[in-house]
Amino acid sequence: MVTAVTSFGRSGTSDWLVQRVSGVILLAYFLFIGSNLIGGVDYIAWKALFAHTWVKVFSLMALLSLAAHAWIGIWVVLTDYLTERLMGAKGNVLRVALQLLVMVTIFVYVVWGVQILWGY
Amino acid sequence: MANMRTISFDGVIVGGGGAGMRAALQLAQSGYKTAVISKVFPTRSHTVSAQGGITCAIASADPQDDWRWHMYDTVKGSDYIGDQDAIEYMCSVGPEAVFELEHMGLPFSRTEEGRIYQRPFGGQSKNFGEGGQAARTCAAADRTGHALLHTLYQGNMKNNTVFFNEWYATDIVKNQDGAVVGVIAICMETGETVYVKSKATVFATGGAGRIYASTTNAHINTGDGIGMALRAGFPVQDIEMWQFHPTGIHGAGVLVTEGCRGEGGYLVNKDGERFMERYAPNAKDLAGRDVVARSMVMEILEGRGCGPEGDHVYLKLDHLGEEVLHSRLPGICELSETFAHANPVHEPVPVVPTCHYMMGGIPTNVHGQALTVDASGNDVVIPGLYACGEVACVSVHGANRLGGNSLLDLVVFGRASGLFIEKALREGIEMRDASDSDIEQAMSRLDKLNNSTGGEKVADLRKELQTTMQNHFGVFRNEKFMQEGIQKLADLRGRIENAALEDKSQAFNTARIEALELHNLFEVAEATAIAAEERKESRGAHARDDYQDRDDENWLCHSMYFPGEKRVGKRAVNFAPKTVDTFQPKTRTY
Amino acid sequence: MLKVSIYRYNPEVDDKPYMQDFDFDTQGKDLMVLDVLEQLKSQDTTITYRRSCREGVCGSDGLNMNGKNGLACITPLSATVKGNKLVLRPLPGLPVIRDLIVDMSMFYAQYEKVQPYLQNNSPAPAIERLQSPEDRAKLDGLYECILCACCSTSCPSFWWNPDRFIGPAGLLQSYRFLADSRDTATEERLAKLDDPFSVFRCHGIQNCVNVCPKGLNPTRAIGHIRNMLLSRAT
Repeated sequence: MVTAVTSFGRSGTSDWLVQRVSGVILLAYFLFIGSNLIGGVDYIAWKALFAHTWVKVFSLMALLSLAAHAWIGIWVVLTDYLTERLMGAKGNVLRVALQLLVMVTIFVYVVWGVQILWGY
Repeated sequence: MANMRTISFDGVIVGGGGAGMRAALQLAQSGYKTAVISKVFPTRSHTVSAQGGITCAIASADPQDDWRWHMYDTVKGSDYIGDQDAIEYMCSVGPEAVFELEHMGLPFSRTEEGRIYQRPFGGQSKNFGEGGQAARTCAAADRTGHALLHTLYQGNMKNNTVFFNEWYATDIVKNQDGAVVGVIAICMETGETVYVKSKATVFATGGAGRIYASTTNAHINTGDGIGMALRAGFPVQDIEMWQFHPTGIHGAGVLVTEGCRGEGGYLVNKDGERFMERYAPNAKDLAGRDVVARSMVMEILEGRGCGPEGDHVYLKLDHLGEEVLHSRLPGICELSETFAHANPVHEPVPVVPTCHYMMGGIPTNVHGQALTVDASGNDVVIPGLYACGEVACVSVHGANRLGGNSLLDLVVFGRASGLFIEKALREGIEMRDASDSDIEQAMSRLDKLNNSTGGEKVADLRKELQTTMQNHFGVFRNEKFMQEGIQKLADLRGRIENAALEDKSQAFNTARIEALELHNLFEVAEATAIAAEERKESRGAHARDDYQDRDDENWLCHSMYFPGEKRVGKRAVNFAPKTVDTFQPKTRTY
Repeated sequence: MLKVSIYRYNPEVDDKPYMQDFDFDTQGKDLMVLDVLEQLKSQDTTITYRRSCREGVCGSDGLNMNGKNGLACITPLSATVKGNKLVLRPLPGLPVIRDLIVDMSMFYAQYEKVQPYLQNNSPAPAIERLQSPEDRAKLDGLYECILCACCSTSCPSFWWNPDRFIGPAGLLQSYRFLADSRDTATEERLAKLDDPFSVFRCHGIQNCVNVCPKGLNPTRAIGHIRNMLLSRAT
């Protein structure tokens, strides 16, 4: 049986809200990055941009939003298709395995992202 | 029978429509082990098709309204063969029963004051016929039956009633004392047959409008309760009394509520004349249903019908305006567009009188106890058997039912049956168990069908039966035609008993169910035919060319059809209400 | 001649389902799909389907007709037949019992889950509870549901999680009681809907709205529930 233990906020309402808010943050971030890229950008300008603390914080916000957004979205997809009802017990094994994989991947990306933002 | 399962309950209700579910609710609330056997999921029962409303003096539209006025209308509407003690009970208890429904959540339409909306219906008056048209029918738009049925199902769900949905009861099990101790039932999904044993068996199986070719009734209205009762040797009462609703959509038979006329619609003939002004100068289109239906047939017979064949009349609604039609009659607008391709906002709806309601049925007292009469004509209770709703004949409708009284009937008497059974169970019911041979007896019809070979097709036989009833026992009846009809039915009996069942499989075998239903249809049709031929007068819905007048001297009584000897007897009408004076028979005009 | 292709499966006889073709003479009439089935059944009594009122109010004969869910009794051939062909299948996503009859117990279980009955903790008055016409109007478009399951069985979220997602029909009824001025159990009702499955598996694709034979709008009702949940949570 599919349960909500592995869902992001364990509440549909909070997941839904997180999904929307993170979506808005991501949209704002991509517009911001897009507007900086649009006229072409060199290394100096790019480094200067990321020298601002607020840009780093904004980027971190976007990174965490992406992580949450991706987790909720993929969790929904996995609990739709990989279930005991559709596949028997192997549905549960497959789903949990994939969830673990996705979780580790997202975690690695978040850590790597933080390293990039504050490491250089 | 050794391998057949027995399931036991304190009370078993056969039928999951309004009456059955109201009775079940009462019993379930009392804590007794209660089950409902329904051949369809309960919200698919025919109560769902009731449109206009539930007539009851709740004094919303008129604060002065009085249940005694409603009683007067109902007695008059019945053409004086409704039992006045039962009508008194129904009209006086009605408001309480309707308020209970509202408390359960029924989404009634509302007045500006926030009370239940009431609309005018046919045959309604104020002040015992002296005060003009009343508005007494409580409505949830034009979907009152749907709202009521769903509310009752929800109420039963809340009270944990056990439902055997898509189970079909085939026959009554009687013990050696002649008491009813349950029914044989088939689980349609698996085909398993079981004996459902019960201390109280309540028949709430509804009507049998499918005995006619043209009917407003659902496919499932096959008179199963009547069929079972007749096969068990029990009599039925006033079974010749069939209501033809004035406004069935021409061609399709689908009902258009009387509420259309209550809201101000009216009937016109091909000349555009509002012809009801001639037949019923006071009530006009809101005269009793029998009166309106006959007037329509007269118009058609005299060549003033509408359409290329001149075989229907028009119901004019466009003058009410789009807003009223869409707020008060939204379902009608849908049905009219779907089945008549007419948008009532712009065009009239083609309508024709269509078989609608069985006034007769299993005779009962106000507690729902089924009755028979002994040799000296006294009422005798049939132990273990109860009936409520359309299958029962309490009798509150007599020879003609008023619009909106059927929903009240089923709620009030479903409730009354439940209350009485609860009391009886508390006092203790002792009945001897059915023996193996009793159960075998009840199984015999099903066994015969399951082992049948050859025979004619069920669909063909059903069609022949329906056509016979339509042609020989319609709105107008006469001796010669009815005699011919009875002959045709006599020929049909053997053929129907031996109808073919080619498909003997177990899983959801609807062919088997349809064959069993056909047996029931036939029992109802035959009883109707013989009782109709016997009643030599015109009263209410029973209109004869050869006996055009009401004959109070000989026929101010119920007819009782006894299936064993196919004999029609008489039973006295009750003229002794408890709290009001008797309404004496008068000439009935509208 | 109309080609009618019907999904057949009798568990006692057939190893697996198959499509059976019939030639049907409409005699130029624009019959309802149910009329066609009735006529075919009068010839071949083994064809199995549910039907009752034949006027679109009982909800028995929900079918998949040429790929779209609807009620056979109020769907005229002219509205569904394409290229002279009518393909009739059971409602998708539910187990088939026989031919066009599906096992609806999961559908009903979701309906029961929303406690579709009025709950009011104050003592009932001697007459009806009063309700203004404006408050009553909030129930329009909700109470008319006939439980035919056309909507829920056209919803992919219900296909994948019929045991956890309440589905459009159940949620429409859930909102019917949330919106009723006479019901006092709003908080308890909302608390039961807050998990990630019951309501939030709706992704708003509106298949339910597209097929509802009564013209109701479950997606809108689900939106209202979501708003109630959000204002309760924030």
